[in-house]
Amino acid sequence: MLRIDGITRAFGDVTALDGVSLEIGQGEFFALLGPSGCGKTTLLRILAGFENPDAGSVTLDGADLLSLAPNKRPINLMFQSYALFPHMSVAKNVAYGLERENLPRAEVKQRVGEVLETVGLSAQAGRKPQQLSGGQRQRVALARAIVKRPRLLLLDEPLSALDKKVRADMQLELKRLQTEVGITFVVVTHDQEEAMSLADRIAVFDSGTVRQVDAPVELYERPRSRFVADFVGANNLFEGTAGGTGPLKTEDFGDLPCTAVEDLPDDSTALLAVRPEKVALREEDGLLTGTVLDVSFYGGVSHISVTVPGRDKPVLVAVQGASGVQVGAEVGLHWEEQDAVLLPVTQ
Amino acid sequence: MRRPRFLYIPFWASLVFLYLPIIMLVVMSFNSGRSAYTYEGFSLKWYGELAKDEGIRNGLINTLIVATCSTVIATVLGTLLAVGLARYSRSRVLDALALMPGVLPDLVLAIGLLIFYVLVRTTFGIETLGLGAVTAAHALFSMAFVTAVVRTRLTGSDTSLEEASRDLGAGAVTTFMKVTLPQLMPGVVAGALLAFTLSLDEFVIAFFTIGNTEQTLPIVIYSMIRFGVTPKINALAAILLLVSFTAVIAGQRMTKIGESRAQN
Repeated sequence: MLRIDGITRAFGDVTALDGVSLEIGQGEFFALLGPSGCGKTTLLRILAGFENPDAGSVTLDGADLLSLAPNKRPINLMFQSYALFPHMSVAKNVAYGLERENLPRAEVKQRVGEVLETVGLSAQAGRKPQQLSGGQRQRVALARAIVKRPRLLLLDEPLSALDKKVRADMQLELKRLQTEVGITFVVVTHDQEEAMSLADRIAVFDSGTVRQVDAPVELYERPRSRFVADFVGANNLFEGTAGGTGPLKTEDFGDLPCTAVEDLPDDSTALLAVRPEKVALREEDGLLTGTVLDVSFYGGVSHISVTVPGRDKPVLVAVQGASGVQVGAEVGLHWEEQDAVLLPVTQ
Repeated sequence: MRRPRFLYIPFWASLVFLYLPIIMLVVMSFNSGRSAYTYEGFSLKWYGELAKDEGIRNGLINTLIVATCSTVIATVLGTLLAVGLARYSRSRVLDALALMPGVLPDLVLAIGLLIFYVLVRTTFGIETLGLGAVTAAHALFSMAFVTAVVRTRLTGSDTSLEEASRDLGAGAVTTFMKVTLPQLMPGVVAGALLAFTLSLDEFVIAFFTIGNTEQTLPIVIYSMIRFGVTPKINALAAILLLVSFTAVIAGQRMTKIGESRAQN
C-alpha cells in the first residue's frame, strides 16, 4: 500500500536518511526502530509532509504522495508531544480535523462522540488538555488522529511520555484499536520493547539506513547484523572465524556451538550471538568458565554478570525468579547449538 | 523566611521618589487658587474649566483618533511581521531592522518623516495630510514595539501545534487564525496596549509631522504651558493619568486571562 523508494535526506553534512526503501502493507502495524538520531523521525516527517526528501519517491496506493501538501494527504500524525491545541476543549480538538472537511455539524458531533467513546473519554469532552493526565492526553491525541479515518496513521514515540503502568494499558489499547479500525499504523520508536510488543513487522534503522526488516520474533532470534544483534534486546557477542554452518572458532575459547542463518564461506570473520536467557549456569565447567561479578534481582527474572577471562565485557545470564548464585562464585556457562546465532561480519 | 526590615527602606524610598511628583500633580489639580504651586483650598473648578476649553477638547479627540487608528495598524502589521520573522526568516539583520524604529531617537524619525511628507505633498500637490500623517508616523514606530513583544512570545515556541493543524487538514490561513493567533493573543494585547499609550503622549514626532490645522493633546498642552502653568493643566494631567492607569490595569488583566486561556 505504502511504497517508500530510495529516500535520501541530508541536513548540511549530516545524512539523516540514505536510500531508504520500504514497503508497508494494508492494515499492517509497522514499527521504525532505532537509536535517536538514526533518521526514523525524519522519515516520519517526510511521510506527513513536513519535510521533503532530496531524492526518492513515496507512493500511497500507487499515487505520488510527495507532491501533496500536508493538509491534502490522507495521513494523520500523532505527535510525540501530542500537540493538543491548549485553547480548545477535548471535543474541539477532536472536531478540528473534521471541521476542516466542511462536514455537516451533526455528522461532526456524532463522529467526535463515537471516537471519544472508543478511547473512553466521553466524560472529559468539555475539559481542556491541561486538565487531563498524561495517558488521557495521549488518548485525545490518538482520537484526534483517527477521527479523520486516515489511510495511514503515523505515531511518533507514542508511549514515551507515559509511566510504566499506563504504558502497558495504552499498548494493549493501541493494538485493540488498530484491529478495530483497520487503519495501517506506522510507529516510530527507540524503545525495542514497545516496537516488539506492538508491531507486526519492524524495520531497524541505523545512521540513516535500514538494517533489517522482520517480524519481532525473527528479529530477536535471527538478527542479521552485529548492529541488530546488539541493539534489539540484550545479547552476548563472541568474535571469531567460521565456515559453512559453524561452529565459531575463537582464539580464547576454542570452538563455540552455534547455528548459522546462512552458509558462510570458509574462514570468514563471524560473530556469535547468544541471548542471556539461553545461557545456562552450571556448577562445574561448561563451554566457558568465569567468576560471578554481579547479581541483580528484577522480580520475575534475575540478571547475572559473569566475568570470563579473555573477554572485556562480562557475559550476561538471565534466569527465572531469584538466583542462589553468590557474587564471586566460580561458574560454568553453557548453551545449546540451536540457541546461538552465527552472523557473518561485513566489513 | 523573614527579610531584614531595613531592606524595606530603599524600597519605599524609591517608590516615593517615583510617585511624589505625580501625587503633587494630582493634589494641585484640586487647588482653588490660580497658582499651580501654592495650595489654597479644595475645589473642582479647574475640571469644570477644562470641560469648557474647546482647544483641549479638540486636542483630546484628535489624540484619541490618532492613537486608536495607529494602534490598529501597528498591531495588525506588527503581529504579521513578528510571525514572518519567527517562522520564515533566520536573518538577524532583518530582525534588527524590524525593531530599529523603536529605538531610533524620536528626532531622527521626526526629521525623516517631515522631509518625506513634504516630498509626498509636493509630488502629489496635496495641501495637508492632516491627522493621517501623524497616524502613519505613530503606527510606524509603535509597530516596532508590537513586533518586539509578539516576537518574544514566538521565540522558542514549538511549531508542532501548527504542524498538527496542517496535518489535520487546515490550510496556512486557517492555521494562522485558529491556532497561531490564539496562542499569541497575550502578546498581541500587550503590544497593542503599549502602542496605544505610546501614541497617546507622543510629542516630538507629532510636532514635526502635524500640519497647523489640527493639534494633538500633547501639542495643545505644550502651547498652554508657554503662557504659564495653571491648575487646569494639572487637572488635565490627572485625567490622563487615570486613563493610562486604567489601560495598564485592563491590559494586565487581559493578558492574564489570555495567558491562562492559552494554558488551560
